[in-house]
Amino acid sequence: MIANYGYKDGSGEFYISIDTDKCTSCPVEHACLTGCPKGMFEMITDDYDDEVIAVKQAFRRSLAFDCSDCKPAGGYTSLPCTTACTPGAIKHSW
Amino acid sequence: MITAGIDMGSRTVKVVFLEELKVDGAPQLKWGVKGKHIMFPDELDADEAADKAFDDALKEAGITRDQVKNVVATGAGRKQVKFATSDVTEVGAGARGAVFMCPTAKTVVDVGAEEGRGVKANAEGKVVDFAGNEKCAAGAGAFAESMSRALQLSLKEFGEASLRSDKTIPMNAQCTVFAESEVVSLIHSSTPKEDIAKAVLDAVASRVCAMVRRVGIEEDVILIGGMVHNPGFIQSLKGALGVDKVLLPDMPEYISALGAALIAAENNA
Repeated sequence: MIANYGYKDGSGEFYISIDTDKCTSCPVEHACLTGCPKGMFEMITDDYDDEVIAVKQAFRRSLAFDCSDCKPAGGYTSLPCTTACTPGAIKHSW
Repeated sequence: MITAGIDMGSRTVKVVFLEELKVDGAPQLKWGVKGKHIMFPDELDADEAADKAFDDALKEAGITRDQVKNVVATGAGRKQVKFATSDVTEVGAGARGAVFMCPTAKTVVDVGAEEGRGVKANAEGKVVDFAGNEKCAAGAGAFAESMSRALQLSLKEFGEASLRSDKTIPMNAQCTVFAESEVVSLIHSSTPKEDIAKAVLDAVASRVCAMVRRVGIEEDVILIGGMVHNPGFIQSLKGALGVDKVLLPDMPEYISALGAALIAAENNA
């Protein structure tokens, strides 16, 4: 399943997509949990009883601001979350 | 065996009981509805409202709590249903219920009071991809409701009025509050009510459509949730999605509760 967390507003479309099929058999033991400097990810059990990663509720409405520190303007050349997630389950829409 | 699904929405509570019947000796699930749809009364909090809706539905169905083997809760307030055996997200329950009602459905558009979402489901009703509006109520039924109040029309009149308009008036505001001020400006500029109604429903449809496009539009498309009762919205949604046909199930506001009841039956099998 691809879970899109985020929103669209007047300034753009801000979604983090998580491919939970890649998540269930994570070879790096969910390194994204510690990889995100703001701790935006959490482990949940989804509707199909799989343990997968999700974006915490508190961050879902403010991704444009919360993720901005990790974007190129913040001095990063690659996103810490997508770098930590070697299976490539995490994608940003912007 | 009787199982139940309870959908604790942000405005209403819906309950569906599902009974497994034997047809030629083989078990088959039949939606022997006994649904109950109650508005949240002001004097009740969420768990009291869930209890009241469930008791009313039991009474209407002529069954007792002991006969119900498994209760699965869904909806925004699913964690507040204390008597539920488990819970599932509204995304999973909506997809399961929609595909049960219309097996050819691949894209499920769910527009309730406070949230809209687009879900891509497989043939078993399992979610493949989903996106929801976490940010703003402008893509949901409550927005249409408040705009109908601003136009002093009932919801039924509001939907029907929009069908009489062939004008396209773009509403640029992304937020319910600003959109309302756009509606007020249109009222002051003597724009006919039907044109404003169409503009509002086009705006809701366009926001919902943006979410559905994230998951991809694959026919058949099915619309569930309370907005199915608004013919103007259905027309606007077809235009925004660029499809000729949108499947509309019976009792659309109960589909997520039905999905939860189906999941309850599977868990109990």
